[in-house]
Amino acid sequence: MELFISLWEAFPSDIQYLVWTLLKIVAIIAPVMLVVAYYTYAERKVISYIQVRIGPNRVGPKGWLQPIADAVKLMFKEIIIPTNANKLLFLIAPVITLGPALAAWAVFPFDEKLVLADINAGLLYILALTSMGVYGVIIAGWASNSKYAFLGAMRSAAQIVAYEIAMGFALVGVLVAAGSLNLGEIIKAQEGGLFAWFWLPLLPLFGVYVISGVAETNRAPFDVAEGESEIVAGFHVEYSGMLFAVFFLAEYANMILIAALTAVMFLGGWLSPFQGWPVLGPLFDWVPGFFWLVIKTAFFMFLFLWLRATFPRYRYDQIMRLGWKVLIPITIVWIAVVGLAVVYQLPWWFD
Amino acid sequence: MTLEKLIFYVLAAVVILSATMVVSRRNPVHSALFLILAFVACSGIWLLAEAEFLAIVLVLVYVGAVMVLFLFVLMMLDIDIAVLRAGFIKLLPLGIIMAIAMAAELILIVGPENFGLQEYAAPARHAADYSNTEEIGSVLYTVYMYPFEIAAVILLVAIIAAIGLTMRKRPGAKYLDPASQVVVKRDERVRLVSMDAEKG
Repeated sequence: MELFISLWEAFPSDIQYLVWTLLKIVAIIAPVMLVVAYYTYAERKVISYIQVRIGPNRVGPKGWLQPIADAVKLMFKEIIIPTNANKLLFLIAPVITLGPALAAWAVFPFDEKLVLADINAGLLYILALTSMGVYGVIIAGWASNSKYAFLGAMRSAAQIVAYEIAMGFALVGVLVAAGSLNLGEIIKAQEGGLFAWFWLPLLPLFGVYVISGVAETNRAPFDVAEGESEIVAGFHVEYSGMLFAVFFLAEYANMILIAALTAVMFLGGWLSPFQGWPVLGPLFDWVPGFFWLVIKTAFFMFLFLWLRATFPRYRYDQIMRLGWKVLIPITIVWIAVVGLAVVYQLPWWFD
Repeated sequence: MTLEKLIFYVLAAVVILSATMVVSRRNPVHSALFLILAFVACSGIWLLAEAEFLAIVLVLVYVGAVMVLFLFVLMMLDIDIAVLRAGFIKLLPLGIIMAIAMAAELILIVGPENFGLQEYAAPARHAADYSNTEEIGSVLYTVYMYPFEIAAVILLVAIIAAIGLTMRKRPGAKYLDPASQVVVKRDERVRLVSMDAEKG
């Protein structure tokens, strides 16, 4: 042991820092990937039960090994590159989709001290990274040299641009209310139990954020980019094997990210819902903050599945109408309301 | 310090290479993708210069929104590359002269004799908790209030004008008012009939 420690200290401090940071990144990414794997399993099970089916139940006890089997199957499948496809862009597109979905976790606060990069402009960083995810879809659709893939990419581009504005404006409301761009500070601004969280004073923005989060991740009922019944599978119709799996990983990683961000922005992240309450507050003091964060995130992750099993797909013009003519005006009005409330220090939340 | 210099030179090389590719690629979609790469590398350089807010906003606005629309249009248009490249050789001398003139002007104006370290001292390093965003915001909304607001109004007018210019009513188009679709009741659309089962 002492040999290891002395060996470790022989390295320059820069290298030590680098290795530590890499280890921390692994400690974030590995659980996220595991959650992604079991999220796909949960999706199939939840939707099955909503539709009165059983779902995967053959591989392992109760089908628990299904995601592993799926991953192994996809890894051994052939990757087919279409003729006349732009090979480099075709191969790089899934990576471009997955990269931002994972990089955004860098500024995410898992607990009061548990954050990889505690930067001031955390919220802006997340907005910038999530806006880059669309390139994977567009490049995939274009590089595939296929009509359906291209149509899917075009749909996705228009939809993501529309809902990104609503999403950004909803977050502007949050940062006005919190007075900070740092995610940790945003959570600390919501201290004081269930009714002090931002979901109540920012209720319209909360709704807009959740809806545009579903639209941004291209999930049902906004999944026109895939639109199985119209354009086969949309932008990833030409992808097979592990390349397809990477798209899938990115989609689920994005869903988890949006769910976790909703918990941070509007439901007080790692804060206890009974914080500062008589009797209940001290009773739940021992619960670690991470636990509350997981519960809140899990709720929104379930919401994604619930929505998919419940609603039919939106028509394309209705998606555009909802984004531009309903959600964006709501956010603009509510930003003005929040601004006034903060300036005049409206009681209960902003005094 | 050396690591920082190394990162700067790598990023600067990426910017220059991708900017060259933007003008030299035959395929306009490739050009647009290289422009995106140039923007991202540029934002990296701004990060090195401790302009975090501007760097992130560059990615957010130009990479995240403007270039998406650019790509959208480029992919939709059926661009004839032969027409684009016609007259390349004929116009090349003129282009070279223009490029040299512009490069000379740039070097004369932004060169080291006007912006060198002896003219402006290197800015001091800020602490880790220094908030770039707050500084820009406080200056933008106090000292530069009027220019900022005027620019915002001009942009708003431009948006309205752009929408007004491209709006056209097509007489033959069939259109359903979504509001009337939403308020439809079941009784107006569905008629339940009870029929006797046929015998035999």
